[in-house]
Amino acid sequence: MHELGIAESALRLALDRARAEGAQRVTRLELRVGALSGVDVEALQFAFTAILPGTAAAGAAVQIDPVPAVAYCAECRQDFPLSEHFFCECPKCGRPSGMLKQGRELDLVRLEIT
Amino acid sequence: MPARKSTPRRLPAPAARGVVVVDVRDPADTPPPPPGDPLPGAPRTVDLAVRLLDQNDRQAAANRARLRRQGICTLNFVSSPGAGKTTLLERTLDALAGTVRCAVLVGDLETDNDARRLRREGLPVAQITTGGTCHLDAAMIARGLDALPLAGVRLLFVENVGNLVCPASFDLGENRRVTLLSCTEGEDKPLKYPPIFTSAHAVILNKIDVAAALGFDRAAALANIRHVAPRAEVFEVSARTGEGFDAWLAYLRALL
Repeated sequence: MHELGIAESALRLALDRARAEGAQRVTRLELRVGALSGVDVEALQFAFTAILPGTAAAGAAVQIDPVPAVAYCAECRQDFPLSEHFFCECPKCGRPSGMLKQGRELDLVRLEIT
Repeated sequence: MPARKSTPRRLPAPAARGVVVVDVRDPADTPPPPPGDPLPGAPRTVDLAVRLLDQNDRQAAANRARLRRQGICTLNFVSSPGAGKTTLLERTLDALAGTVRCAVLVGDLETDNDARRLRREGLPVAQITTGGTCHLDAAMIARGLDALPLAGVRLLFVENVGNLVCPASFDLGENRRVTLLSCTEGEDKPLKYPPIFTSAHAVILNKIDVAAALGFDRAAALANIRHVAPRAEVFEVSARTGEGFDAWLAYLRALL
């Protein structure tokens, strides 16, 4: 349950940026969370409902976009999405790939401020 | 009314010597923004691509640089509680005693029981008591490093808080992440907790001495590890009997 700490760091980054932009309020936060980031999207969403009230981001909409895990197969020279259980074998040639191209994201990507 | 930042008013040049100028214009009376400026109060969108764990990642990079300067290779041990991290470290430290100088940082929510178990003659050990935090982070490691006499140390073992979820997200500045799975757990743990296995450089299957008695399917567990962590080095050991330790110790010595 480290989602609370993650939400707090997102809020701190958002408020710092809003202040630097001379804004009074944050009305929207957009995040990207990878399937292999180790963060649960629902728990993160819940954490925001707990920490936003009383801040300059009170009432802000929080949009969390999940990022699927994608690996690269050097044999077939193409990307492939990891299966449900994150198996790393290429669906075309069956060889395992240790080259994860996306899926570990844990980013704050956009803010709406006024 | 929010203060407008744009287009500040030009201040008059300093008055000539002997001339008194009293400027009574309202300093807030700035001209209206030019057509391209946003209206104050209108919502604006700001694009930024910042990692939420940026602060931790920076501290981890600093830890890594500091440890490299001191010639120390660091391993971060993660597993669920009770998988045998402390027992594995005890046997590992005893096997390396006298040949490789080691140090240990061990994290737990409460107590210093593990640090007491790991105490050895001449071995720097520090317990990091997180007080409820479910993982170690890079700042805790930095404080732990400050507390340890590290002269001559070649291998630093970090025993993370027992937890298969949260420690996966936090880079500590380690050179190798080692995930333990024990035969008292299910063979499908790698499928249930993928992030901690996919991010591992090495996976240790521990307690193989009791696998048969428990009906633990080692081949199935190894296949599951291979599916999610195809590049990880895999070791099958018993930290209690020492079985499989030759390969594990060779791996450690090769890091030096």
